[in-house]
Amino acid sequence: MAIYGTALLSACLLTGLMLGKLLGLAVGIDKNIGGVGIAMLLLIFVCDRLHKSGRLQPPTERGILFWSSIYIPIVVAMAASQDVIKAVRGGPVAIVAGVLTVVVCFALVPVISRLGHSDSGLSSPDSSSRDES
Amino acid sequence: MELFDSIEPLLVKYSLVTAFAVVGLTVWLSYLISDKLTQGRLHGSAIAILIGLMLAYIGGQTTGGTRGIADIEILSGIGIMGGAMLRDLAIVATAFGVRMDEFRRTGLGGIVSLLVGVIGSFGIGASVAWAFGYRDAVSMTTIGGGAATYIVGPVTGTALKASNEVVTLSVAAGLIKSILVMTTTPYVAKHIGLDNPRSALIFGGLMGTTSGVAGGLAATDPKLVPYGAMTATFYTGVGCLLGPSLIYLVISAIV
Repeated sequence: MAIYGTALLSACLLTGLMLGKLLGLAVGIDKNIGGVGIAMLLLIFVCDRLHKSGRLQPPTERGILFWSSIYIPIVVAMAASQDVIKAVRGGPVAIVAGVLTVVVCFALVPVISRLGHSDSGLSSPDSSSRDES
Repeated sequence: MELFDSIEPLLVKYSLVTAFAVVGLTVWLSYLISDKLTQGRLHGSAIAILIGLMLAYIGGQTTGGTRGIADIEILSGIGIMGGAMLRDLAIVATAFGVRMDEFRRTGLGGIVSLLVGVIGSFGIGASVAWAFGYRDAVSMTTIGGGAATYIVGPVTGTALKASNEVVTLSVAAGLIKSILVMTTTPYVAKHIGLDNPRSALIFGGLMGTTSGVAGGLAATDPKLVPYGAMTATFYTGVGCLLGPSLIYLVISAIV
């Protein structure tokens, strides 16, 4: 049933947020330390397990997939409920931060491409088909 | 007008449902604009977010509130839909379907590009924030997160309890990044050797903005899209994990 998937997703999020909160307490700050990221790792791990043991039924999956498929609309709603008036005043910082990051990352592409050139990790489907032809 | 007066309480009572309908319409319109006016060069999602920010501006102007369009009563459901609760649920859901062996397949280049991309974006964003006078660790990390993606920014901001204004700035920074990557990649591609699966994979890991990477690569060479998208998928997760933790702690130790 779809609710199993949604419940699993919710449980992962809550567990992640609680762990994040505890981590915050452990380092002495009242913040959530990486909770959402921990929740994502949890979901990947649990689903991987369930998938391998064949216990992840398609209806269960749909209960998770629905939420991931309305991710962009939710981000749009988030954008629509921002305090844009105030942010416009600080606009240049957003523009400079965005532009500068893109420029630097573009420049880094050839650098990293050269870096690990000998790694065999990338056995792309593309190269195997090229071998055949 | 009388008709609206009798409909209004209904829309207010069913505010979240109203929000689904309004946001759905916005997204539909955005994909139409993307398709017809930009020939798909500017991804529908970026246009939708841009319209979202414009609506928030209009909402702020008309109501004088701080929650954008959600301050208009019949659209208050947009605040629930785009609030931290459902947003975090949806973000975590996007991790579903990621297989660990797929991550291993990206190899060393993929992992290095991801770490450099995430940490580098945070570093640049935080430095720019500092230069513009946002000198507390929470604001610096949040704007740095925005320089990563428009999702990592607000997730980091919520976790660290940043101000609304700073969270909005982080969304704007991420959106600018996404649009820039989408539109400029085809022109930059040959100068940075972006013409094979390997460099596409590294490109995805460095840029991280999934819509930007997918859109940019599609305009460059559609065959490269899956490689770039593969590493970009991991980016937001890595950012949400490292941002409000390690990176915040490092930044707060420095400033």
